[in-house]
Amino acid sequence: MAHHRISVTVNGSVESVDVPSNMTLLTMLREKLGLTGTKNGCTAGECGACTVFLNDEPVNSCLVLAVECDGAEVRTVESLARKGKLDPVQQSVIDHNAVQCGFCTPGVLISARALLDRNPDPSEEEIRDALVGNLCRCTGYVRILDAVKDAAQVGAASETGGSR
Amino acid sequence: MDTVETTTPRPHQESAAPRPVGESVTRLDAHEKVTGEALFADDLQFGPNMLYARIKRSPHPHARILKIDASRALALPGVKTVVTGQSTPGFIGLYLKDRHIFCTDRARFVGDPVAGVAATTEEIAEKALDLIDVEYEVLPPVLDPEEGVRPDAELLHPELGSYEVANFIFPQPGTNIPNLFKIRKGDVDKALSEAAAVVHHSFRVPHVQHVPIEPHVAIAKVDERGRVTLWGSSQSPFAQRNLIASALGISQADLEVVAPYVGGGFGCKAGVSMEALAVAIAMQVRGRPVKLRLTREEEFYTTFVRQGLVAHFTMACDAEGNLTAMDNKFFWDGGAYAEYGVNMTRGAGYSSSGPYDVPNVRTDSYCVYTNHPVGGPMRGFGQPEMQCGLEQCINRLALEIGMDPMEFRRRNCVKEGSNLVTGMKMHATGIGECLEKAAEAIGWGHKDPPSAPHKRRGKGIAAMWKAPAMSPNAGSSAWIEMSEDGKCTLGLGGQEIGQGTFTVMAQMAAAALGIPYDWVRIASPVDTKYSPYEWQTVASRLTWSMGNAVVAATKDARRQILELVARSWEETPEDLDIVNGNVISAKSGRSSSLKGLVVYGLARPGDQGWIGGPILGRGSFMPTYVTGLDPETGQGERAVVHYTTGAQAIEIEVDLETGRVEVLRGASAFDMGKAINPDLVRVQMEGGLVQGISTALFESLQLQDGVVRNPSFVDYRIATSADAPRDMQSIIVEVPQDDGPFGARGVGEHSMVPTMPAIANAIHDALGIHPGAPPFTAEKVYLAMVDAGLVK
Repeated sequence: MAHHRISVTVNGSVESVDVPSNMTLLTMLREKLGLTGTKNGCTAGECGACTVFLNDEPVNSCLVLAVECDGAEVRTVESLARKGKLDPVQQSVIDHNAVQCGFCTPGVLISARALLDRNPDPSEEEIRDALVGNLCRCTGYVRILDAVKDAAQVGAASETGGSR
Repeated sequence: MDTVETTTPRPHQESAAPRPVGESVTRLDAHEKVTGEALFADDLQFGPNMLYARIKRSPHPHARILKIDASRALALPGVKTVVTGQSTPGFIGLYLKDRHIFCTDRARFVGDPVAGVAATTEEIAEKALDLIDVEYEVLPPVLDPEEGVRPDAELLHPELGSYEVANFIFPQPGTNIPNLFKIRKGDVDKALSEAAAVVHHSFRVPHVQHVPIEPHVAIAKVDERGRVTLWGSSQSPFAQRNLIASALGISQADLEVVAPYVGGGFGCKAGVSMEALAVAIAMQVRGRPVKLRLTREEEFYTTFVRQGLVAHFTMACDAEGNLTAMDNKFFWDGGAYAEYGVNMTRGAGYSSSGPYDVPNVRTDSYCVYTNHPVGGPMRGFGQPEMQCGLEQCINRLALEIGMDPMEFRRRNCVKEGSNLVTGMKMHATGIGECLEKAAEAIGWGHKDPPSAPHKRRGKGIAAMWKAPAMSPNAGSSAWIEMSEDGKCTLGLGGQEIGQGTFTVMAQMAAAALGIPYDWVRIASPVDTKYSPYEWQTVASRLTWSMGNAVVAATKDARRQILELVARSWEETPEDLDIVNGNVISAKSGRSSSLKGLVVYGLARPGDQGWIGGPILGRGSFMPTYVTGLDPETGQGERAVVHYTTGAQAIEIEVDLETGRVEVLRGASAFDMGKAINPDLVRVQMEGGLVQGISTALFESLQLQDGVVRNPSFVDYRIATSADAPRDMQSIIVEVPQDDGPFGARGVGEHSMVPTMPAIANAIHDALGIHPGAPPFTAEKVYLAMVDAGLVK
């Protein structure tokens, strides 16, 4: 198996990683960089547990080869909290009891953050659409929908506060 | 006391119990789960010395293994060992030891493990599987439980009579029946002949899968002396320690199971499913960790399935609508090995009247070996499957005599003192209140117009009951240890699988000791070497059983603290209390922080030495009152510890153009005795309802000639964010459990038990068609509408 040295920015820091041609971004994150917050649920792009940002777009990291990420910017669940302060969507998930086993949660958070970044005030249908690729077997989803909706409102409120 | 709540979080409720019991405090594990810090078994790091395992599996549902040649695999660079059944001659099994870790002489389902490989990479291990040559003699398979009980059926376990078995399981040697549970109560034939109305219907409930988002994973390491450490995603670390150690012939004390957070279990990570494979392989490569991680495809066909059920019901009532008789026959598709299936058969039997007072009951509940995947426990432990048909028959019987199905249920449901199907006397229960509140929540009796001319609306209701199905003496234990500043660490052996058990245990400990909730830490991950014994995280038993142990341990610590302070203050412990982390005296008004004294004790006056020492509380709990049941009649004094009861009412809309069923709203009402954390109870009800909707509308493991045809998320669809109903009401009913901590009993599984029949009854209300067995897919409903002439 051919190996490649790639340079990739992960959660803000530039990493030089030696990866085999067939290694996925998911495996690189978990096994080469020890970033185990991103989960492996199916290795087939069907469950969404491995969702990360690749150049600001949410992707299933199990469907992306690591070599494709040479020069790219990747952000994982570990990047959401800044200086000990949770992202509003993380806090909202806690406040709504929208986490149970927690295995789908990292992927859900990335999909939700991606939605709110491009649409700060989504309708419920838009939230359902954005999360349809993130399977959850515990919560029954409605708490997650409520959490994202509330996080949007918190985000909107803080923007208003910031502009004053 | 009861509360009616919608899905949005509400302020903390008033409660008579000591704080923080009864308060919806924040989950202990939430913060680390949203940051990605929470560790699951696959996240643990073992370094470059670790080997990867893959499993060679039988492609045949039933075959004799004639020869295994692993020489080509062993010659592949990177392959470190190949293990076969020759290395694992011992038997394994929870209630009936009928299985080897690797197949020895025959394979009994597609996916049965025939050999295991450990190699330096997963790719090499996978490649090596193709280089293992297995010669099979294909045998005729048994693919249906009713075929399996016929006298001329192919025998899958000719040695059934010689297997080691628990004393409440009744195998029938010389047949494919590892358990037959019978109920004979009253005179069923007489009651049927005198009845005003009788219904008879049969249901084939399909296999489904648990589908946790985290696949099974186990890492095993064996040292040079043969001592084993097993890390895994597990609901049953102590049961795994026991079963694997005895199968391998080693001491339980030499097998340590470390069990971090579980990424969804629902029963499939209970007992031993694939973990023993990793241990058996690691035995051959001492000193090296061996990791076995199932693929999603393997997850669908090699781990426990919710077993299929063929159920025949006959039930009767008198002209006033009183149930008079039930005559039931259940054929459980137990699969290749008995595992939990034998006990689900039993649980279905001792609950076979449903939550109703029925004077005459005859039930034959058969567990049947087939060449299908192994039946295991799944949320509800047989009750969703059994009550699916039972609750549809109840509806039909009510309609048959012209009575409202909700009124019929309220009239017949069990009450305190009812003589149950096993002869046990019913304890106090809130089922009547659950039925009324669930019905009221969806506007029972009132029909709203459909949202479009091509749609039809309907409402359905179903009641349920379920007891923890477990060994009669399943035990729990706990300890509590104080740190210097008065905060404490709670040791327990139950697993956090998402249900919130760590949180409610911390709440109970804080309440029983008299300290703030945020002073309690859980000693996690659970590790059988350091954690106190817990039977298993199954059966919705932890809040009740482990809760009792935690309260006992906490009271033990509290007693030690109060005795120490009383001695120092020259008062009596009865006059002292611990409130918000301070010892206070009602008599003298003195007060002292716990700080220091819980570790260092207290100084005697005048520098004359010390009293006390580090506080360590311990407690255990085990039910001692469950009695055996007569093998011929199923009668006995006390069959189970208790029953949790409840009801669901559901409103649906059916699209006449597509057959699609949409759940518009669902109300769940359950009696859990006492909601230790009301919002965690509500999210259990919501999650269970959606899982129930998913099994009712979408899910079926498609078995064809023993092969699972849909082992992926694309072909096996589960509910997504698009399918969850917006309007879910979760209603808490609290009729206290006499031996539960603060009056609590379990509620985790129950919320998906009545969902399938409630939806079926709603479909009938909408269309006048009885949909029968799930899943009620658009295609199935559409074809039923065509047959009924509703659409052309």
